[in-house]
Amino acid sequence: MRMANTANLNAGLAPQPTTHHRGIPVWRQIGAKAAPAAGAAEHVPVVVVGAGPVGLAMALDLGRRGHRVVVISKFDFIPGGSKAICFSKRSLDILDRLGLGQQLLHKGVTWNVGKVFWGEREEPVYQFDMLPVKDQQYPGFINLQQYYVEEALLSALQSLPNVELRLGQQVEAVRNLPGHAELEILAGQTRYPLHTDWLIACDGSKSTVRNLMGLDFDGRVFEENFLIADIRMHEERPAERWFWFDPPFNPGQSALMHRQPDDVWRLDFQLGWNIDREACVKPENVERYVRAMLGPDVQFSEEWYSIYTFQCRRMSRFVHGRVLFAGDSAHLVSPFGARGCNGGFADIDNLGWKLDLILRGEAGQALLESYNEEAIATADENILNSTRSTDFLTPKTTVSKAFRDAVLELAQTEAFARPFVNSGRLSTAIHYPHSRLNTADAERWVGGVAPGSPAVDAPLAGHWLLPRLGGRFVLLAKGWSQSLSAGVELLDIAALGVQDAALLEQRYALAEGCGYLIRPDHYVAARWREPVAAQQVQASMARAKGVQP
Amino acid sequence: MSELIRKPNLDHVDDVYQQLLAMHEGLDEAQSLKVCARLILALANHIGDSAVVMEAMELARATPPTA
Repeated sequence: MRMANTANLNAGLAPQPTTHHRGIPVWRQIGAKAAPAAGAAEHVPVVVVGAGPVGLAMALDLGRRGHRVVVISKFDFIPGGSKAICFSKRSLDILDRLGLGQQLLHKGVTWNVGKVFWGEREEPVYQFDMLPVKDQQYPGFINLQQYYVEEALLSALQSLPNVELRLGQQVEAVRNLPGHAELEILAGQTRYPLHTDWLIACDGSKSTVRNLMGLDFDGRVFEENFLIADIRMHEERPAERWFWFDPPFNPGQSALMHRQPDDVWRLDFQLGWNIDREACVKPENVERYVRAMLGPDVQFSEEWYSIYTFQCRRMSRFVHGRVLFAGDSAHLVSPFGARGCNGGFADIDNLGWKLDLILRGEAGQALLESYNEEAIATADENILNSTRSTDFLTPKTTVSKAFRDAVLELAQTEAFARPFVNSGRLSTAIHYPHSRLNTADAERWVGGVAPGSPAVDAPLAGHWLLPRLGGRFVLLAKGWSQSLSAGVELLDIAALGVQDAALLEQRYALAEGCGYLIRPDHYVAARWREPVAAQQVQASMARAKGVQP
Repeated sequence: MSELIRKPNLDHVDDVYQQLLAMHEGLDEAQSLKVCARLILALANHIGDSAVVMEAMELARATPPTA
């Protein structure tokens, strides 16, 4: 299966003939599904609305856990246009758990380093490394066109008999009832009912489900236009994120250059607010920007041109009875920081195991309240960071411009000023120190990974820790002498006889007798410095499953 | 965590005050604003404690009592 998927991805190397559907470029046609035969309303455990990366990953997570899932999407194709291109280490770890990490890593362009330039200066005023902790399975980031990610997810879903893709169908009505939700779906000319235990709305920033339910989506609109010029050209440059403040080729504005697979480059130009959007996206105008940046003789072809503005918004709750929101339908950020799609993957990673336990009857509906809290904590941190980046990038007052320029000026010669340079704080895993699922430390720890923090990867017996944790509760320990009750798997590095576990021991402060209870989404739920009785581990696990003591 | 020192703590205050004004000589308002910003950033880094810096910001922002 993996080989077939890889071959499938590589087929994309040749430029696709571009067709359009209502103005949207089509990367790959999948085909619309007809309405089911008329009869009694069908009832399925899970309906996912939306077939972008977040909806597809949600369906794949629950599908791989064995649940019947129906995916509804109004498009019957994978849209073209590179769109989201930066996939974080955290997202790669999630995609690895879904069986796609290695395939996407090989297709993507790996990068860790970002450089920030200012004006005509040739040396960067600031640079950062997205993988300060080395020796982990995945890099800080890969760049990959969104359609490749969607294609890999779709391909994996098509091999699951319990997942049904109903593309080219639209949600027309939603009734959120106490014990289930009822939908009306339009397929071609036919409207049919569909009932479900759980409706997961991953249908993007203009969410049909959210609108049909009349739910809020409050936030802030930023008055700034940006031009994306994704171009194909052959160029030997390092795979680094290069960002310019006030470059000579786009004076007074910012710009970004970032490499994607297939000799595609993402160029991004800040345009200002009062512009003629229609005119700006015309090829001759875009080419003027590209040639100013890369030289008058540069050879390139258009991949995807687009103008965007952005908003930071979120719903006040993501859990509404039987209807759950994930990804852009629930929260929207500016693109600086790659926190959109990566934030959506964080949602489905958080929601997948919780819904799995609820569907199996191993946890109650109350567990979803922790999804609401943790996903909102994630969204708020993403919105906070992206708003701060935007305020630095596009200062709107005399004072904010004075501080921004002061930072950039000082950064040339003064090391202390460089950390202030904010061209986007890129997405990393969010911590939940206050989560209701955590068991607080009873002992004093120096170092290690605190409850509510994401498990850090480390080499383990010739492979890696995180894939070894899988998607279930694991007690990671060294010399755990107590018995354990059913439902938690012991990963004892002393019992494994692992020789070269020094990095793992160091990262977890894992002295003899220590143990970490790790959630299925690789967050630490509890930890002990000495082996404790099975009941105590059980109590922490019950808490992590949403049972309040 | 330390607190913002609010009793006199600086030597040669007249020299410092004179220099605070002198560093703006020949600058227009925009340039002066930027010089102030650079100074604040340098001092904040030197203080090295974000809580103290935030406390100083609160003090600076508070409306002074009218005479």
